Amino acid sequence: MRLGYIIPFVLFFALAVALYVGLGLKPRDIPSALIDKPVPEFNLPPVKDHDLGLKSADLQVGEVTLVNVFASWCGPCRVEHPVFMALAKSGEVTLHGINYKDDPDNASNWLARYGNPYKRAGADRNGRVGIDWGVYGVPETFVVDQGGRIRYKHVGVVSQDDLDNKILPLVRKLKAKK
Amino acid sequence: MVAEIGHYALMLALVLAIVQGTLPLIGAQNGIESWVAVARPAALGQLFFIAVSFAALTYAFVVSDFTLTAVVANSHSAKPMLYKISGVWGNHEGSLLLWILILAMFGGAVAAFGRNLPPYLRARVLSVQGLIGVGFLLFILLTSTPFERLPNPPLDGNGLNPLLQDPGLAIHPPFLYLGYVGFSMAFSFAIAALIEGRVDPAWARWVRPWTLLAWCFLTIGIALGSWWAYYELGWGGWWFWDPVENASFMPWLLGTALLHSAIVVEKRDTLKAWTILLAILTFSLSLLGTFIVRSGVLTSVHAFATDPERGVFILLFLAIVVGGSLLLFAMRGPALRSGGLFSPISREGALVLNNMLLTTACATVLLGTLYPLFLDALTGEKVSVGPPYFNATFVPLMVPLFVALAAGPMMAWKRGDLGAAMARLKFAFALSVVVALGTWYLRTGGPVLAIFGMALGVWLVAGALLEWFARLKLFTISPADSWRRLRGLPRAAHGMTLAHIGVGIVIMGVTGVESWTEEQAKVMRPGETISIGQYDLTLKGAKTVQGPNYSALRGTFDVSSEGEYITTMEPETRSFTTSTMTTTEAAIRPTLTSDLYAVIGDADGKGGYATRFYVKPLVHWIWAGCLIMVIGGFVSLSDRRHRVGAPAAKRKSAPLKEAKA
Amino acid sequence: MNRFARFIVLIFAIVSILVTPVLVQAQSTIDKPLENPVDETRALALHKLLRCLVCQNQSISDSNAELARDLRILVRQRIAAGDSDDETLAYIVDRYGDWVLLDPPVKSSTYVLWFGPVVIFLLALFGVFLFMRRSRIVPVATAASLNAEEEVKLKKLLDDTQEGNS
Repeated sequence: MRLGYIIPFVLFFALAVALYVGLGLKPRDIPSALIDKPVPEFNLPPVKDHDLGLKSADLQVGEVTLVNVFASWCGPCRVEHPVFMALAKSGEVTLHGINYKDDPDNASNWLARYGNPYKRAGADRNGRVGIDWGVYGVPETFVVDQGGRIRYKHVGVVSQDDLDNKILPLVRKLKAKK
Repeated sequence: MVAEIGHYALMLALVLAIVQGTLPLIGAQNGIESWVAVARPAALGQLFFIAVSFAALTYAFVVSDFTLTAVVANSHSAKPMLYKISGVWGNHEGSLLLWILILAMFGGAVAAFGRNLPPYLRARVLSVQGLIGVGFLLFILLTSTPFERLPNPPLDGNGLNPLLQDPGLAIHPPFLYLGYVGFSMAFSFAIAALIEGRVDPAWARWVRPWTLLAWCFLTIGIALGSWWAYYELGWGGWWFWDPVENASFMPWLLGTALLHSAIVVEKRDTLKAWTILLAILTFSLSLLGTFIVRSGVLTSVHAFATDPERGVFILLFLAIVVGGSLLLFAMRGPALRSGGLFSPISREGALVLNNMLLTTACATVLLGTLYPLFLDALTGEKVSVGPPYFNATFVPLMVPLFVALAAGPMMAWKRGDLGAAMARLKFAFALSVVVALGTWYLRTGGPVLAIFGMALGVWLVAGALLEWFARLKLFTISPADSWRRLRGLPRAAHGMTLAHIGVGIVIMGVTGVESWTEEQAKVMRPGETISIGQYDLTLKGAKTVQGPNYSALRGTFDVSSEGEYITTMEPETRSFTTSTMTTTEAAIRPTLTSDLYAVIGDADGKGGYATRFYVKPLVHWIWAGCLIMVIGGFVSLSDRRHRVGAPAAKRKSAPLKEAKA
Repeated sequence: MNRFARFIVLIFAIVSILVTPVLVQAQSTIDKPLENPVDETRALALHKLLRCLVCQNQSISDSNAELARDLRILVRQRIAAGDSDDETLAYIVDRYGDWVLLDPPVKSSTYVLWFGPVVIFLLALFGVFLFMRRSRIVPVATAASLNAEEEVKLKKLLDDTQEGNS
């Protein structure tokens, strides 16, 4: 019976361990439900003053691609933009863009001013395609494999470090798998 | 300069807290009277220095001293004075200082008014309080000082979160903290009792008023928060089962259990170890709440800006305080032999049932609140636990509690007579059936559970009144004699009746608003009319108006019922100059039986406005019920038996002997 | 194709050109309830079950966030398109995962969550049973002697009470 008195301590100890582990977790990062699933069906017109829109078929051409969700009203997108410009220049992997809930003129000006790293950039005016992709915060970046399956999702700014240590290694691995 | 004084005072308070936390404890253990005597002046001194520090921070906010980081981040020179002051605790650092101030105030209260406590017990209680103070003072000084200076002060501040600029929320945190921290008293008494190795009815008598006081404040704090969410968030919700809300609700549930189990210790000298455990757990949950809000382990609407370093610190503190006290409990608890025996059907039995259900409910809320964290930590899977879960698990536990609540106070101690209690409750049962039928007739289309909810509320109110009548022997003796009995009855009895009536009213309010809320949304143009409930609302027009630090879109609605003009409602959407955030100022027309709630949103650019309307039946009964519960609590506190501060020469000698025995 | 049919097609084309962009705009900027009150009630109930992704701890029915509004509109569109409640929820879960459900589904990873309260309740019941049994089987003699001491103490307390109230 005396042992019963130690139960609260044991339970608390387990709780404290869980809380300690919890401190290292990021509750705000929501995993994508689309990992290893084919990209959603969609067909977006090009961003104003640009020629190439983006549709599902463009991601199923047997090539590993990155899809970046961006908007001119999104401050953090400015931060990651130079990283993508450099990537586009290197030509290591094709980058497409989805322009999320943006004003056409603003989007066009933004790309004119800071440069266009995207091979194709579709304009998602009302955010519907964004929902199909499971987008909940801009910027988000997806890695799509040769078969048009989503393999990885990065939420928030892609830093040079994120690109070099997370995204590009995965791209290389996917390419090698072929 | 003032800020430096505040910072320095905190350091002095830390030194005093260390003294207060060690010397009296060692002194009481070894019988060194002079060390025991240190407790009182140390507690009072600590209170003084923390008060100075708090005053210094308040001064910095009032004069808008933008050389301080905390002021810049949370204040603005154009803000009304009330919100400059409430800005002091509208942020992590300042609210922590308020926490510490209240902790010191409770310690100071024991030092100043606890003359009737045995000196050794008082010394130990103050020492434990001092040790808690050490932890929090270290926390604020090492990780979150509010007195940090900026090298390049800006001309103006960033302003307070617009949602927080509201009178209800300005006073919500102090009450919440008075409740949270108030439970530290029960905790300190419990630890002191474990160290002394004895718990007796006298101990319960000292603990009960502090617990009751904390419980009253926590009830006010929670009710204010719920009321604020109702009128300020603009969706008519009054409770969201958000982790931060749960963090305040869990100590409330256990605190309520503690209030009741302490009665058993006081009257019957049993349930001792359990009561001690409850006292420890109640305060532990207050600390856990602090951890949840400030560490970022759970996402919440209300969480402060978080920082992992702070999280580690609070967790470490939590582990020492809670782990240490539970270990102490494991070692000393078995020695607390219980006395009085009782049959399961008795007042004690009823209170045990109360404790079991409240504790289970609290454990359920804890499980639901922390489950996303557990699952993420173990498997990396993310899950959401929202209101549907809590409603499905919490409500079924409350139903038997409320059914039994009416009968409990009618039971005798030791051995009760369930049949007799049921016979006395015949009238309450009949009234409940009448109300159930009436509800069914009036709201035929509504949920079936609503009928049951209303009946349960009436059952409680009627049951509490019947018990009260029986005590007064109303209708069996002459009214004059009943009046005399009324005067002679201890105030705690009136308090209990009031509190239980309050619970019944809360149940009816919750039932009403959850079952029969009507909701309408429409894109309205000026001149259009919408019907909801018995009301017709016509949008007369909408215009932009200028406030002190915001501009607002204000819609004007004429409200009529059956063709007759009733009132004009003017909801607003406010955009603040210092923040990108907008707030919804709903227009609410409260009546006794239901609220009409109107919201205006964005313009659609074609002359229309997004509008929403709700009819919320009985919603104000929720807060009215809470208020009645609190009044009941204070009535009970005014009972002479509970007046801890009252000098009582006779009583003083008796406990002294007991403590030394 | 006869002339009348051509006319109809032309009218239809013009109308759709005129209407479509406006509709899109209206949908993307403002909460517009469904015409059918039964459908609207269903939509409002579903809104309460879906978690707002941006604000993290509110349902989309309680949030001013833009994405919450988009999702409210999406729910209404699915219902208008004839989806059942479950289909509508599944549509959103397919895109955002179980995480968006405020009412977590019963599956292996939530067994502890859903059955935990029952287990806790049974354990509590068992604990109370043990306690009750123990406080009743103490020999009568001990109980009586303990009680005598008790009575004195209790009496003293009660006397205090009387004083306090007089």
